[in-house]
Amino acid sequence: MNRRESLKAIGLTTLSTGLLLGACKTDTDPTAKAVDNTSLESTPGLQEFEVDRVKKLNSEQFFTPHELLTITVLADIIIPKDEVSGSASDAKVTDFIEFIVKDIPEHQVPMRGGLKWLDLQCLNRFNNSFTASTEAQQLQLVNEIAYPLKAKAEMQQGVVFFNRMRSLTASGFYTTKIGIQDIGYKGNAPGKWEGVPADVLAQYNLQNI
Amino acid sequence: MSDLQIKKTATTYDVVIVGSGAGGGMAGYVLANAGIKVLMLEAGPFFDPAKDAKQLQWPWESPRRGASTTRPFGDFDASYGGWELEGEPYTTKDKTEFAWFRSRMLGGRTNHWGRISLRMGPLDFKPKDGLTDDWPITYDELKPFYDKIDRLIGIYGTSEGIESEPDGIFLPPPKPRLNELFIKRAAAKAGVSVIAGRGSVLTEALPGNKDRGACFFCGQCGRGCKIYGDFSASSCLVIPAIKTGNLKVITNAMVREVLTSNEGMATGVSYVDKTDGQEYQINAKTVILGASACESARILLNSKSKSHPGGLANNSGLVGKYLHDSTGASMGGFIPQLMDRKRYNEDGVGSVHIYSPWWLDNKNLDFPRGYHIEYGGGMHMPSYGFGGAVPTMNGLVPGRDGKMKDAGGFGASLKDDYRRFYGTQVGMAGRGTAIARKDNYCEIDPSVVDKYGIPVLRFHYKWSNEEVKQAKHMQETFKSIMHEMGAVVTSKVHGPENNYGLEAPGKIIHEVGTVRMGDNVKTSALNKWCQAHDCKNLFVVDAAPFVQQGDKNATWTILALSMRTAEYIIDQKKKQNI
Repeated sequence: MNRRESLKAIGLTTLSTGLLLGACKTDTDPTAKAVDNTSLESTPGLQEFEVDRVKKLNSEQFFTPHELLTITVLADIIIPKDEVSGSASDAKVTDFIEFIVKDIPEHQVPMRGGLKWLDLQCLNRFNNSFTASTEAQQLQLVNEIAYPLKAKAEMQQGVVFFNRMRSLTASGFYTTKIGIQDIGYKGNAPGKWEGVPADVLAQYNLQNI
Repeated sequence: MSDLQIKKTATTYDVVIVGSGAGGGMAGYVLANAGIKVLMLEAGPFFDPAKDAKQLQWPWESPRRGASTTRPFGDFDASYGGWELEGEPYTTKDKTEFAWFRSRMLGGRTNHWGRISLRMGPLDFKPKDGLTDDWPITYDELKPFYDKIDRLIGIYGTSEGIESEPDGIFLPPPKPRLNELFIKRAAAKAGVSVIAGRGSVLTEALPGNKDRGACFFCGQCGRGCKIYGDFSASSCLVIPAIKTGNLKVITNAMVREVLTSNEGMATGVSYVDKTDGQEYQINAKTVILGASACESARILLNSKSKSHPGGLANNSGLVGKYLHDSTGASMGGFIPQLMDRKRYNEDGVGSVHIYSPWWLDNKNLDFPRGYHIEYGGGMHMPSYGFGGAVPTMNGLVPGRDGKMKDAGGFGASLKDDYRRFYGTQVGMAGRGTAIARKDNYCEIDPSVVDKYGIPVLRFHYKWSNEEVKQAKHMQETFKSIMHEMGAVVTSKVHGPENNYGLEAPGKIIHEVGTVRMGDNVKTSALNKWCQAHDCKNLFVVDAAPFVQQGDKNATWTILALSMRTAEYIIDQKKKQNI
């Protein structure tokens, strides 16, 4: 098979990557007869426990509606809409965070506790929960926990929480269509790698390396 | 009354092979193509990359966005299993930190590997360092098999004429990416040579092969390739062998032991079927183990009988001993010059585009042997963890206005930073020779069994000064290349307190040496054909027979040795010696 035939075989001339099916198989699975003990009907490329795990996690709810609202407000403070792309909530980052804390339980206590810490700070300062505080009040608090090297010692728990929240927000945002378009990743598409473009080589003076 | 019974078949196979990875797969391929009836037992499920690979999926197609919850190398990685398997423990003693990666599936660990395909050189087989042991074979004896494997499987690279890094029969290598050109320029200034990578990826159609497609440069070999454009034992060896009609695979078959006759000859194997929990016995005239270095040692040590009271192939008492993994240490950082770089597709291939073969003379160094360096970095597809370092990096260099700012942040300015820093990162990892030592070993834990009732392995492994000094040298080299590149180091800088970042043994997943070959029956378990000294119809074809690994990744040598052993078996069968 040459490259053009390969690409045709996997239907990539149309870039319908969701529909990739057995590429090189021309006959009806010659392996089936020669292989014992295999459920060939299983979900391609997934182990049974992996399928079950996702089903189970999707049937559970970890965060309360109030927590989810707080996460949404915070995520949009971290990644707001700008002239290039939409906000964290446009990319449904909250849904991702709800899933990932169930999938990686070590996130659960720090996230739940951190959200509570945030609400208590606001309650003491502004007599309101974080989400019910004014935008200016929210930003005042976030400013105190968003810069690890200059944050005050008594804000350290908030800093640690915000680091986690910021990482999860970036993970959730840049792994969506919106985020990938924003960051400008051009790959995951078949082609031919011919090396660094000439204008880029010239830009960095690398023509002779 | 129990319903436990052992199911025996009347069939006697010519050959039974345990394991379907590089070693087992190659032996099965050669034997089946020679018309020999082969049964292959694989401890995990069937896996065909054409159907099962997650190639070209987008991060949002994984609910965990590629996080490593169920697979150590992420949700899109092809390999099942990992450092821990449910119900299949291993233990350690004497404060050993050993990590054992197991991938129970068709193709074994060839599903996840980096496709870096290096030959060992003449001095790797016959070392002159006064410390490491000779192999019973020379490079020249193995060279014809390396050549055949290059042609059969396909490998890219460049002919360099470096004696310790023998050239092969190469397809054209992929051109370096931008970050790699920065590395190449800086390494030259630091006195480190960089050459084109050597990987088993079909950068062009493989002459004479109609079943495999040429690479279309998605850089995702680790996910498995739907058009078989890279090497996996499943796509390149086992599935083609099945198509000969001479090889049958039983999946989910967890081998317990090799069965022997009263005379001490191998008669077959017993296994537990993971799907029905029943016990089975297979008869075969020849038994080949390719279960991985440690798993093959485990099977042999568990195969105790009257004629082999210390385990099979273990008259020397050396099965499990001389366990060694490659050394590994790494450093990461970013290149400020690359901020706000132009976007284009630079996925390339899923193996290394460049690397540094060992370039120094040990006469001037305080450690034996050496290491090679693998490099990475660039504009990768985002997945879980993306951008995690940006809130640190943005405090290390001036912002757009030329002023330093505080690390961290949020909002429009942070969002801009994610863009600015994208694709600026570089990483380098050393992979070096660890010394094969008798006192680094795996053995049967006398008190622990797995969920199938099979006694498990217990590991004892200590690094020594040679390896620690090598890691120290790696760190110094990395630092000088980073410096010449104008890069900012962001990974932890390691010192003597943690062996200069030397990874725990096992972590590099190059463990070898547990059933070593040799001419002397007292100091080796196998002869130079990987045939057991004390059981002539038993062979081992994974990395267990390695006497002493060079700094080169093991796979290409496993393939060459396995092919050589399989051809020897064909010859011996013709002569009716086995």
